Amino acid sequence: MDIYAKLTEILADHTGRDAGEFTRDTTFESLGIDSLETVEMVMELEDDLDVELELEEKMNTIGELVDFIESKL
Amino acid sequence: MTLEGKVALVTGGSQGIGAAIARKLASEGADIAILYVGNPVPAEETVAAIEAMGRRVFCQVCDVSDFDATQAAVKEVIAQLGGVDILVNNAAITRDKVLLAMSEADWDSVLDINLKSMFNTIKACYRNFMKKKAGRIINITSVAGIMGNAGQANYASSKAGVIGLTKTVARELASRHINCNAIAPGAIRTPMTDSMDPKDLQAILDTIPLGFMGEAEDIAEMAAFLASDKAKYITGEVIRIDGGIAM
Repeated sequence: MDIYAKLTEILADHTGRDAGEFTRDTTFESLGIDSLETVEMVMELEDDLDVELELEEKMNTIGELVDFIESKL
Repeated sequence: MTLEGKVALVTGGSQGIGAAIARKLASEGADIAILYVGNPVPAEETVAAIEAMGRRVFCQVCDVSDFDATQAAVKEVIAQLGGVDILVNNAAITRDKVLLAMSEADWDSVLDINLKSMFNTIKACYRNFMKKKAGRIINITSVAGIMGNAGQANYASSKAGVIGLTKTVARELASRHINCNAIAPGAIRTPMTDSMDPKDLQAILDTIPLGFMGEAEDIAEMAAFLASDKAKYITGEVIRIDGGIAM
């Protein structure tokens, strides 16, 4: 699965923006996404990926979160 | 019954206030998970009483001051009972001494079991609550955490910490409809208070405006209320059940 594509799809759903607006360097803060919402998005991905993703540190950008998720697969 | 279909996890739920809470929540329809350490006999009695009500019950020995052990135990609770809807953090100990005589071990053990345990269980249940977008966390603090109490620097500090933790968790999770409240018992008759020095106990009785000790069931009634939909608009609150000691 393309994690970046899946994550930006979820982000688009959460923010009401077009997924094409996002880049790896886009910060969650700039999208008004707080850490609880980040956890919720990760939990949505968990269900799709059938893997447990325990966020132990704050993820600032889309790229950081994609790298973290890919490191767990 | 107000808690039908819910699962409640009660730490220190084998005896005393914890057992009273476990029984009361079960009587309101909740299935019960108990984590405890110590004497298995009262644990078996509590389990039998809950089973007799027709509720499912999962009971496991777990030192909730141990982070990894707690994560594993909660995972097992979720696997066995299908999730956790209500978390009651009740496990607590006392190691009473004046500060001058209090050892580092006295301090650490009380802080670990009374306060760190709540961090451990809340962390363990956090994702479960987030997925459900609902949850009730009920932390048992003490009037000692509000007023302080000579001879209980460790206990009072741990219980004051519980109040800070309660209000912080309430703020962090309010937007997800996860309510977190604390109950502050005063002098409640339990095996723990039975082990107190009789002079210390009398000194406490003398300070109770209502003039008598409370019962574990008084705390259990409030826990059942806070766990129910009737308390849906209450979060970050500390409710004293103390005969007026700390008013």
